[in-house]
Amino acid sequence: MADTVAPTTPASEPDTTASIDLATTPDIHGQSPTPGAHDDHADHHGYDGHDDHGGEHGHATSTGLSNNKLAMWMFLGSECLLFGGLISTYMLYRGRHEGSPSPSQLYNIPLTSVSSFVLLMSSLTMVLAVSSAQRHDDRNTSTWLTVTALLGATFVGAQVFEFTEFYHEGLGFTTNLFGSSFFTLTGFHGVHVTVGIVMLMALVGMINRNKIPGNKAEVVEMIGLYWHFVDIVWIVIFTLVYLIPS
Amino acid sequence: MAIAERPLTPALARGGSTLVTPSSSLGAFRRPVSTTGWRSWVFTVDHKKLGIMYGVCAFTFFILGGCEALLIRLQLAAGESKVLSAHAYNQMFTMHATTMIFLFVMPMAAAFGNYLVPLQIGARDVAFPRLNAFGFWCFLVGGIFLNTSWFLGGASDSGWFAYAPNTSVAFSPSHGVDFWALGLQITGIASLTGAINLIVTVLNMRAPGMSLMKMPIFSWMILVVQFLLLFAVPVITVALFLLMFQRNFGAAFFTVDKGADPLLWQHLFWIFGHPEVYILILPSFGIVSEVLPVFARKPLFGYKFVVFSGAAIGFLGWGVWAHHMFASGLGPVSVAVFSVATMAIALPTGVKIVNWTMTLWGGKLHFTTAMLFAIGLIIEFTIGGLSGVTHSVSPSDTQQTDTYYVVAHFHYVLFGGAVFGLFAGFYYWWPKVFGKMLSERLGKWNFWLMVIGMNLTFGPMHILGLQGQPRRMVVWTKFRGGDGFFNGAFWNLVATIGSFILALGILVFIINVFKTWRSPALAPGDPWDARTLEWLTTNPPKEHNFDVIPVVHSLDEFFHLKYAEDDAGDLQKVADYEQLMEEQEAKADKHIHLPSPSYWPVVLAVGLPIIAYGIIFSHVLAVVGAAIVILAAFGWSLEPSVAPESDYDPPVGGEPTTKELAPLG
Amino acid sequence: MSSETTEIQRQISHAVDNLVEPGHTVDEPASGDHKHGLTDIGYVKVAAMLALMTALEVTLTYLDLPGGVFMTALLGLMVLKFWTVVSYFMHLKFDNPIFTKLFYTGLILAVLVYSAALLTFQFFSPS
Repeated sequence: MADTVAPTTPASEPDTTASIDLATTPDIHGQSPTPGAHDDHADHHGYDGHDDHGGEHGHATSTGLSNNKLAMWMFLGSECLLFGGLISTYMLYRGRHEGSPSPSQLYNIPLTSVSSFVLLMSSLTMVLAVSSAQRHDDRNTSTWLTVTALLGATFVGAQVFEFTEFYHEGLGFTTNLFGSSFFTLTGFHGVHVTVGIVMLMALVGMINRNKIPGNKAEVVEMIGLYWHFVDIVWIVIFTLVYLIPS
Repeated sequence: MAIAERPLTPALARGGSTLVTPSSSLGAFRRPVSTTGWRSWVFTVDHKKLGIMYGVCAFTFFILGGCEALLIRLQLAAGESKVLSAHAYNQMFTMHATTMIFLFVMPMAAAFGNYLVPLQIGARDVAFPRLNAFGFWCFLVGGIFLNTSWFLGGASDSGWFAYAPNTSVAFSPSHGVDFWALGLQITGIASLTGAINLIVTVLNMRAPGMSLMKMPIFSWMILVVQFLLLFAVPVITVALFLLMFQRNFGAAFFTVDKGADPLLWQHLFWIFGHPEVYILILPSFGIVSEVLPVFARKPLFGYKFVVFSGAAIGFLGWGVWAHHMFASGLGPVSVAVFSVATMAIALPTGVKIVNWTMTLWGGKLHFTTAMLFAIGLIIEFTIGGLSGVTHSVSPSDTQQTDTYYVVAHFHYVLFGGAVFGLFAGFYYWWPKVFGKMLSERLGKWNFWLMVIGMNLTFGPMHILGLQGQPRRMVVWTKFRGGDGFFNGAFWNLVATIGSFILALGILVFIINVFKTWRSPALAPGDPWDARTLEWLTTNPPKEHNFDVIPVVHSLDEFFHLKYAEDDAGDLQKVADYEQLMEEQEAKADKHIHLPSPSYWPVVLAVGLPIIAYGIIFSHVLAVVGAAIVILAAFGWSLEPSVAPESDYDPPVGGEPTTKELAPLG
Repeated sequence: MSSETTEIQRQISHAVDNLVEPGHTVDEPASGDHKHGLTDIGYVKVAAMLALMTALEVTLTYLDLPGGVFMTALLGLMVLKFWTVVSYFMHLKFDNPIFTKLFYTGLILAVLVYSAALLTFQFFSPS
């Protein structure tokens, strides 16, 4: 008869590494929320005896890749369809601006260029935060995350200023199709940035209080991916919405 | 035998009581840890319990949607009928379609997918169990929210595809369309999160040795469906947001006076809508692909072709959406392109039909109820597919569109296809999920009543449509339709009678379920002598699914554990279910830790309809809902996936563990 | 003996160079680190290039270029910036190809589907 079942898991081994570099697929294989709390636990797994589940070495998932990373990239892939729809709606309707100034009359390219630059630099600081997290340097991670959030907030602030200006110049959300689609597109993007800022600050708080369940570097990396995505959407919006009509 | 135990600290082992402190979830809550009672269902993250809940709720919506259909048929049974006013009728067909598609077929497929995929791939749960729970609760609260519209000013009345500008406030003044749009946004979140979850599960959590081409075909079809959902749901999300902004915040997207183009809605909707129909049918294709080999005692013919054609259908389905818009003024070039693309998509579907037929050919056929439904799907879906091919030819579609011919087409493929597949799945997997066999005798009655009912209801609609009866027509005069064979009055009556026969068939199913529930007879271990890994578990499976994760060597692994080819090339039984299960238990893993139940998925999900009610009625309420959502999101992210010991009560009476496996059924 | 050693050393350093992408030997950490990527200085350089590209884009809008040239240049720069952030900041270039396939599937699907829809609106035709 074929031996078809996996060998039993090895006998108890002291789990001294429970607090660092924990499984990045927390939901199935379990892990300590706080360091040292589970010294009695022999195994954290009902699997082949690996306790690094798709983490930095990732050899316990079928693909060898982290669950969280796979999930985030798929989410970003689906977000392309979301922003694509909003951009297409805008492209269709940007010429229908009866009752308000036209795009080229309204847009303040110098201001928007500066805020685009700010967002671009926030991607740099985000990458530096991820880099620090991978070196387990909590202090620098927090610093770079905070700078990223501040740069993001600057971007949002500039957007709010810009929208208020447009409103005063006669372009509101309900004025015409150009207004509805412009504010919807940039508004969705702005909300995404804001949610990103909230997540960044929450992350800083959690790092400082050591409350991250799981692989810290990976969490920072995931939020980084989200942040960069928000940046690349803006790269597209900046060119298609602002620069081309000018 | 390994039991899933809760963490055993020395203090617990000694039997003394330990100081209980709140867990790290904001210091306010201890986690739910019950294994019995209603709490073990509401806060569960176990894919099997969630699958059952998805199934029960989806079936309830099926009955609701069915009642809506019966009311429609009653209205159309006779000329100048006054069963429903025009206003009520519009709501009825809108909600019938919306309920059947979004609240029945999709969640029922999620039920099967959630329950079976981890078992089929040899895993203990999905990749993100709390996200899974969240998806279920989103579906349920979204579906309930959508249906409260009946009592709060009227349900949506603009048809299930809600064409603009008909959906604007000017033409649909009640809140119905708002409920529809917001309700679908909420259920859309369920679909999107479920998609991410299942894809990661399938890619990352297969048992050792199970390459993708050794994975059961049902799991493959579910995988393709999840990719379709992943990319299609955002598109309808955009459409629904535009609609919501139009109706609630004065945006101009569909205001024709301001230059809006109604086709924008149609494109956005159908770019979602066409992949959606493949989302509806592929799970049933997967079920049938599992059922036929088992009851033909032959492996699936051309497994690779069935996999690739499923993927091809998923891929090509993105290029045909405008065939729903042939009469909308697209222009001849667009129409021609989409017409040709639509014809192309018949090819991979045809491949599947051939493969199923060749599976049956030369097999030793056992006509169990599951098998009957599976064969029924092949026949009925083919009929629906043929009328579909006539739609792909745009000149004839221009005659057929918006008539009952279309209604006939999609009911054949959806009822005869998707629903028959789901029923095949019920009968096939009932022993696995509930540990009991549904009655085959009642099952045959169920099947034949449904087949006869279905064909009597939807068959005449081909004739009615070609004779010119339009869709969504509320009342017909006594002089409608031709004479003799084409008498519209006659066929409408036949269709109504057929719908009640269909309803009777479903009633028989419900009786079957009830009788089975009351019966003490338990199902044998491997009742169908099946082929795939989910059958290498107890009936129902233990909470941790497998005592030890199997190592997979081939497609249809379970079958090859039981049968091997001898020197002459004949199949010999080398092991049976009991032996294999004993082997598993002997090698069981110790200390299996399963993910712990959690409040946060439910809390987060409940916040969403509160926001939705707030958008419609009171912006303060929307803010309250948003606050709940944000707080729940924080609570969730701070909570570890497995509860620390401090969340469990000290053991009663010094017992080392008080965990018991929650009984099912 | 010494010539053999130097020969071996040369072969080793040649092999190491080949492991690392051409043009990035300075900025990449030693190979063998399971997380390949750029050093922090490398990322700053990429950011500088992105800033330059943005400045170039903006400058182009102030020049009086013929429509086709303008559009091509601007769209080209947009795609280049997009690809740079995705490949380097988001690490896609150094990660498992599965991530690339997943993301670009969504992206290309979006571009194709929405372009097709816009085509039916005659969006790309001269007005």
